[in-house]
Amino acid sequence: MNFSFVLDPDTQALYLRGLWLTLKLLLGCIVISFLIAVPLAVARNSRLRPLRGAVWLYTYLIRGTPLLLQLYLIYFGLSQFEAVRASAAWFALSDPLFCALLAFVLNEAAYSAEIFAGAMRSLPYGEIEAARAFGMRPLTILRRITIPSALRSSLPAYSNEVIIVLHSTSLAATVTLLDLTGAANEVYSALYLPFEAFMVAAAFYMVLTFGIVRLFRAAEGRFLAHQRPRVA
Amino acid sequence: MRFDGYTGQIMAGLLTTVEVALASLAMATVIGFCAALLALSRRPLLRWLMRVYASVIRGVPDLLMMLMLFYGGQIALNKLVEWAGVGFRPELNQFVSGVITLGIIYGAYFMETFRGALMAIPPGQADAARAFGMSTYKLNTRILLPQMVRFALPGFTNNWLVVSKATALVSVIGLQDMMHRAKTAGAATHQPFTWLLLAGAGYLLITTVSLALLRLVEKKYAVGVREVSRA
Repeated sequence: MNFSFVLDPDTQALYLRGLWLTLKLLLGCIVISFLIAVPLAVARNSRLRPLRGAVWLYTYLIRGTPLLLQLYLIYFGLSQFEAVRASAAWFALSDPLFCALLAFVLNEAAYSAEIFAGAMRSLPYGEIEAARAFGMRPLTILRRITIPSALRSSLPAYSNEVIIVLHSTSLAATVTLLDLTGAANEVYSALYLPFEAFMVAAAFYMVLTFGIVRLFRAAEGRFLAHQRPRVA
Repeated sequence: MRFDGYTGQIMAGLLTTVEVALASLAMATVIGFCAALLALSRRPLLRWLMRVYASVIRGVPDLLMMLMLFYGGQIALNKLVEWAGVGFRPELNQFVSGVITLGIIYGAYFMETFRGALMAIPPGQADAARAFGMSTYKLNTRILLPQMVRFALPGFTNNWLVVSKATALVSVIGLQDMMHRAKTAGAATHQPFTWLLLAGAGYLLITTVSLALLRLVEKKYAVGVREVSRA
């Protein structure tokens, strides 16, 4: 094992820029996909059959195919169509960073929507009935009861999801982006030290994962405090 | 859709994908089961080792793991060959290294599934079997394993669906699976979208068929269990 390359300022800069890109992808994907997933989850449980069916189909298609395939479809696939290349959107769609973020967001929205929708279905029905007896309108019930309660109870599952998103950002390296994995690959091909180059990136990922776990544990302590076993 | 030679290519790729997925599943199941037993052992060192295994796998992306083991494994192999003084240089096979990597990664997830399933069996059952005079082997094969299957199935189904999609990553190290062939066909015909879409249909087929099959298995192992509610 030869880790002397970590002392080289150029290599350090490469890794740190990779870390920054990974963080940007992670945060961007989480924030945007969350904003899409909540309405999708509501629609998934809607009483309107076509609406419910459409969201079901979306999550089925996304969850039934690999993320790598979805990324390739957007990054390599869309260039097949003359209309896409001629359109104004081509400016964004020819940029690997935009394509990667778009693929990650579309993918993650489907997974989180299913988590939130499942949590909404398992809410105690009495809560909704009580809200209705209180005279709340459907939208008010959604805003004040269903969504907050479902989001709380999906915290543990969602924390896993965020870790999976962190892992999937590594696919950005397959479309020429220099995220943490891409940076490690660059170091590997320059120095021919695969174990060492990838291990440095792995250490960064582990620290990030650990941080995410900590963050969510704190959030669970705050938002799910009522579920904690009582200590005598 | 035109049926030129590339459709056949994708079909062959589908077969490779299924092969990699099944082999990885078998490997991950074996690793996961052994690791679950170790994680429940009475020795603190073994339990600690299994915790480290699980957190390393949970902390590192699959793709990175695959690149590290594939490229690193090749160099380790070269060094070994050099040291042994053998005349030829063996190339690491993408299929084998892909299966080993996926097996090691998903072994950790299967470990969690099996550990939870083993713990879900009421301890009274084992006590009763012992009181009945059963040997450890009989206790394992007649009481624990069949019941564990029922508790482990939902997690198993999930893991399998994830593994079958994770095989697409093996295309990055050059295995000629469905993903890789679709990309090649797309580049050759200048119709990447069409071919990738066909590969997507292939993955959807795998998912749909496995869900149907596993639902049957679930029914078989749920015999004798009353369902509380089916809403």
